Amino acid sequence: MTQPLLQVKGLSKRFGGFVALDGIDLDVAPGERLGLIGPNGSGKSTLVNCICGTLQNETGSVTFEGRTLDGLTASRRTHLGVARSFQLPRPFASLTLVDNVRIPLIYTVAPRAGILARTTLQVDERCMELLAMVGLDSKARRWPRDLTQVEMRKLELARAMAAEPKLLIADESMAGLSHSEVEEIIALLLRLNGQGITIILIEHIMRAVMSFSQRIAVLVSGRKIADGKPDAIVNNPEVVSAYLGQ
Amino acid sequence: MRSLTFLLVALLVGGIVFALALLTRNEYVLFAGFVVLQYIVLATAWNILGGYCGYVNFGTAAFFAMGAYSTVALHKIGANPGRYLEGTFAEFLMPLLPLSIPTLVIIGGLVSALVGYGMGYLTLRLRGVFFAIATLAMAVVLQTLVINWDFVGGSRGAYIIRPDSVSFAGISLSYIQYLFLVMLTLAVLALWAARQIERSRLGFGFATIRDDELAAEASGVPTLRLKLMATALSGGLMGMAGAPMPYYIGYIEPSAAFGLPYAVNSIAMPMIGGTTTWIGPLIGAILLGTLQQVATVTISSVVNLLIVGVLLVGFVIIAPKGIVGLVQDWQRKRSQP
Repeated sequence: MTQPLLQVKGLSKRFGGFVALDGIDLDVAPGERLGLIGPNGSGKSTLVNCICGTLQNETGSVTFEGRTLDGLTASRRTHLGVARSFQLPRPFASLTLVDNVRIPLIYTVAPRAGILARTTLQVDERCMELLAMVGLDSKARRWPRDLTQVEMRKLELARAMAAEPKLLIADESMAGLSHSEVEEIIALLLRLNGQGITIILIEHIMRAVMSFSQRIAVLVSGRKIADGKPDAIVNNPEVVSAYLGQ
Repeated sequence: MRSLTFLLVALLVGGIVFALALLTRNEYVLFAGFVVLQYIVLATAWNILGGYCGYVNFGTAAFFAMGAYSTVALHKIGANPGRYLEGTFAEFLMPLLPLSIPTLVIIGGLVSALVGYGMGYLTLRLRGVFFAIATLAMAVVLQTLVINWDFVGGSRGAYIIRPDSVSFAGISLSYIQYLFLVMLTLAVLALWAARQIERSRLGFGFATIRDDELAAEASGVPTLRLKLMATALSGGLMGMAGAPMPYYIGYIEPSAAFGLPYAVNSIAMPMIGGTTTWIGPLIGAILLGTLQQVATVTISSVVNLLIVGVLLVGFVIIAPKGIVGLVQDWQRKRSQP
């Protein structure tokens, strides 16, 4: 069996008396498309934050490519190949779109390359490529305030991709988008996965999760209650009961 | 404009300013000019942490005073080395004493940079108003330490008798002319450094910290390391601005060195000029510093803080992005069809 790219073992996180995550185990294989679902407050974002280093887990461990991530800062984890997009877009408001995308390139990709670091010109070209990939190249010199909601989410994905990650965690990248916009984002994520990037998709839009994911994990009240193929998940009585409240 | 070209142009402008100041043959112009230049350095230094990174520092006076008091301590040792230095250490240092003003400026800068780094390490996990309060508390703690440090005069203060003149590059300058030249050079270097930072990888990193620290971390920006660099750089420049101060006034005491005007002015000047570029603090310092000097001789020095307060309130309401922001908005509107 191939070694998992990401391995979460017995991960727990509490906020005072509230147990946000309770002994989560999760393996993600290289190149996999995993859907992570659960009702509001089930711990999805907390799990993402623990994997990405925004929050530190109290017990358990997070291993990436066989290396433990526990105690590492979020920036260090990004260097190692874990990137994320945020539930609510968090662009760098004072920077143009091209500079938003430039940040991970100059702080993550260039140092990784060491003495072979990209020249300014190569960085500029790569920024434009990334913006073109999400269809924002024509607005490269504009500011995030000029963008629509879907464009903002595309910028989030382009910025996450700029770090050249091995694992991309897309946290509700489609929230608030129209049907066609959702299709657009799914197509984009599938393209990225086609390039070999492992993707964890956290989403409430079930249609999107079902069409995108090869496997789905379900969280409820900080515990993982199911993990399997999309077909099996929709027919799982525990999931139906907990997730749909039936 | 390229970095070297900018530095050469800035040095040329500095040279012209110095020549004009000498031509006036009025010592007061040099005294007042020294203060304005000092505020250019302080405002630029404050802006590195406050403007570029978005961390409001109320402790400017503490860094400034650290520079000033390191000068006092080294001056005292230099004036009577046999009393304070012994052994091989003394043999090595004796020929170097008394230290020149540029050396004192560098040492003052290093001391304050170290204090800045230490303060950053202790406080940079705090954000917003909590960080601001911590810097204020640090200023109070350091002032208390200095008040109780007898070697540098404690609460009585310390006198420094400066020479009447100094020979610099074969030219004899009065000491105030020399101090003016030192501060002018420092101001040019501070502006050059700020501009360099702004256009560098470091500057981009600082901007992401100001905009969204969480997103910055997620993009691979090592925010804590960058913030520590910002506090050390900012503190170091403030210390450099404070180092020549004891020679300028000839007497220094804690309540003056840790005075409120330094903290208030170094915040107000970049806010009025504009915090996102190097030129903002320069505009704010020239405008406000000159206005204060004029008010001092025409009305009263007590009016200074009132002027700052009124202007600051006015700008926060009318132009929150400062003069530079106003100009940028105007240019943007003009360029739109």
